[in-house]
Amino acid sequence: MFPRLVYESFRHQTRRKLLAGIAITLGVAVATAMIAVATDIGDKINRELRSYGANLVITPQEDTLDVEVGGVNLKPPSDGAFLNEADLPKIRGTFWHNNIAGFSPMLPVTVQIGDRDDARDVTLIGTYFNKALSLGKQDFTTGVRVTHPWWRVLCGKPGEFPSCGWPDDSSQNILIGERLAAKLDKQPGDTLNVAGRHLIISGILSTGAAEDDQIVAPLAVAQQIIGKPGAVRSVYVSALTKPQDALAVQDPKTMSPEVYERWSCSPYVQSIGYQLEQVIPHSHAEQIRQVAQNEGTVLSRIKGLMLLITFAALFASALAVSAAMATAIYERRIEVGLMKALGAGDLAVSAIFFAEALLLALIGGIAGFSAGALLARQIGRSIFNSRISIEPVVFPIILAIAVFVTFAGSAAAIRRAVKSDPVFALRGEG
Amino acid sequence: MTMSANPGALHTPKQVADRRAPAPHISMFARMLLRAAVLRRRRAASALLAMIVAAAVATAMMNLYVDVQAKLRTEFRNYGANVVIVGKDGQSLPADALTKVESVLGAKTLAVPFAYAVARAKDGQSVVVVGTDFTRARQLNHWWKVSHWPDAPNEALIGMRAAGVVLPKASANRQPLELSFQGKAIELTPAGMLQTGAGEDSRIYLDQSEFQNWTGVAPSTIEVAVNGTAAEVETSIRELAELLPAADVRPVRQIMEAEANVLNKTRATLYASAALVVLTSALCVLATLIGWVFDRRRDFAIMKALGASERLVNGFFAAEAAALGVVGAILGFLIGIGVAAWIGRVNFHAPVVPRFGVFPYVLAGSVAVALISAILPIQLLRRVQPAIILRGE
Repeated sequence: MFPRLVYESFRHQTRRKLLAGIAITLGVAVATAMIAVATDIGDKINRELRSYGANLVITPQEDTLDVEVGGVNLKPPSDGAFLNEADLPKIRGTFWHNNIAGFSPMLPVTVQIGDRDDARDVTLIGTYFNKALSLGKQDFTTGVRVTHPWWRVLCGKPGEFPSCGWPDDSSQNILIGERLAAKLDKQPGDTLNVAGRHLIISGILSTGAAEDDQIVAPLAVAQQIIGKPGAVRSVYVSALTKPQDALAVQDPKTMSPEVYERWSCSPYVQSIGYQLEQVIPHSHAEQIRQVAQNEGTVLSRIKGLMLLITFAALFASALAVSAAMATAIYERRIEVGLMKALGAGDLAVSAIFFAEALLLALIGGIAGFSAGALLARQIGRSIFNSRISIEPVVFPIILAIAVFVTFAGSAAAIRRAVKSDPVFALRGEG
Repeated sequence: MTMSANPGALHTPKQVADRRAPAPHISMFARMLLRAAVLRRRRAASALLAMIVAAAVATAMMNLYVDVQAKLRTEFRNYGANVVIVGKDGQSLPADALTKVESVLGAKTLAVPFAYAVARAKDGQSVVVVGTDFTRARQLNHWWKVSHWPDAPNEALIGMRAAGVVLPKASANRQPLELSFQGKAIELTPAGMLQTGAGEDSRIYLDQSEFQNWTGVAPSTIEVAVNGTAAEVETSIRELAELLPAADVRPVRQIMEAEANVLNKTRATLYASAALVVLTSALCVLATLIGWVFDRRRDFAIMKALGASERLVNGFFAAEAAALGVVGAILGFLIGIGVAAWIGRVNFHAPVVPRFGVFPYVLAGSVAVALISAILPIQLLRRVQPAIILRGE
């Protein structure tokens, strides 16, 4: 009898069930989407924050002083210590390789450009543009196109030099800075005499910083010029990090083993730097504080904002579901009156209503969860160009919340319906 | 008002006459509205609650959407300067450049001058010395890790890497440091260490006027943090370029592009969430109200059976819905402002300023949703004979 009552109620009162069901489905869908977005937003924004560029720099331990004013390096090129280019792929072999978005080696050298009459000294930086590297079986590409996303290659008039663009890392082609190009009156496709070599300018580089007065070349070209194969002056690393807290700033040398374990298993900028120092011999890793110190604040603000909005959304959906359930039950007081008049106990009547609410919550919860997952994926794709994944753990939690909210919304209405006098309800005066 | 009238008073001859007369329809209409609300206060309250929640959520989301972008922009200014002014070809800037910059951008904007020179330490090692305004540099570059800011004459801030070279190892920190520039010597007291992880680590920082007395070199760079949207920053750059023809005014692309990128993504996420939440609450109000109006089909049938015109009945339900929408919008707006302010305080440690410009939209939206949810069921019921409804079928 009990299942039949519930079944018939669903079959005949489709409109009422539909309204309550829609409210539950919508509420659950929004809650699911918001929870998915809020839990994933930190990771997504962290990746977007990488557009500020590298947050770690690796230099040789025995480094000498940079003497650089206005983008011109005044230090003799062969002076000081270097890192070994062959060690660089090991950066991908650290525990945190998934957190390392990319790295670029830098080798600044001072070169003489132009022919005899108008020769001048400028800085040439050797680096990776988008170099293919491999470590063990792992192949990857890295370079300034990842770590310095604001660098732009300009081509002047289109069609003039069809192969204009980023130079190949194995080529002898170079980029020259915007202001330097204007001073020398050079276009993409021209050749430039750099330290006695005739190199092809494959594009004009615009960065809005010191590089606008410099030349940027593949790393091998810079190494040939100073005659030090494999030499690298510094490496810029762009890493996804966790905002700094009290644990992050402790000195690993004074930590107890348990604290050290916890510290090195959190992707703090300090612990990633510490590991980089260990894989690259004779190196010193330093955080670039302008980038590393600020991203934590921005990240926590945005995460906090989404969290609070999610709470507001959850609260609003819960209230909406409760209101819809209360309405759905109130409409059925005549039915309650009839059941009670036929001798049904309070318990039996409540049981029927709670069973119906449970069924509605489950159906609405499943439909809402699927809709919410689709919604979250759509948001991820259209805003961040990547998927927002929902943890499977969220599903039972969402279902439990849906059932709880539906019950909570129904409880008061059911109690009132059960307590009411059947006579008034049947007379239509309840 | 009719509020005070009790049903018994209906039978006084004057009131009977009033009821028959065409003019005082309004009072009857108002009375019907009020009695409906009072007699079914529980149902009316639950419908009103749904309305209030929806309006509050909509208000909070709209307020946040507008205000959060400004708040985030302020956070982004912690990344430092987004505009640099450099003398053309490494020349010094005119002496009044800083005053001019401040006159254009106002006192709120931070502008920090920097002058550079290469000096020699005692052992012949070259080192870059920078003259700047410490108070301003400190405000602009929050990320500089400084052990102690200079506050006495001839005190200098020594970059981490510069310290390793120019300061004698294992000596007391405060031991004087001798530098010479084109034969002119100066003795500095190291006040503290500077650590940034970038070029600043290799330099020695000195107060601007002391630097100029020593080297005679005037500032060649001014770093500026301009507040505002991308378009406002562009305008400021153009104004500055016009004002200082002897200088290059450049945006710091690294800062500006990354900021625009992160801000756009955040705004889009916020927009999507706001749209979702507002839409859901509107639809849930719709579902609740449709149920409510549908439930009152007996009232509807009785009114029609007593000879009420179609217009009157429609008007009655529409007026009721509109009243619900207005009351819900007003209460919801107040609560929504509170919620937005709370989120602002918790997350940004600064309250979100209430935007009353949002109110007309919330009001229009609430009334529209309420009207739709009243009119939909009425349209359905109109086709049904009142007798059938009254028979309970």
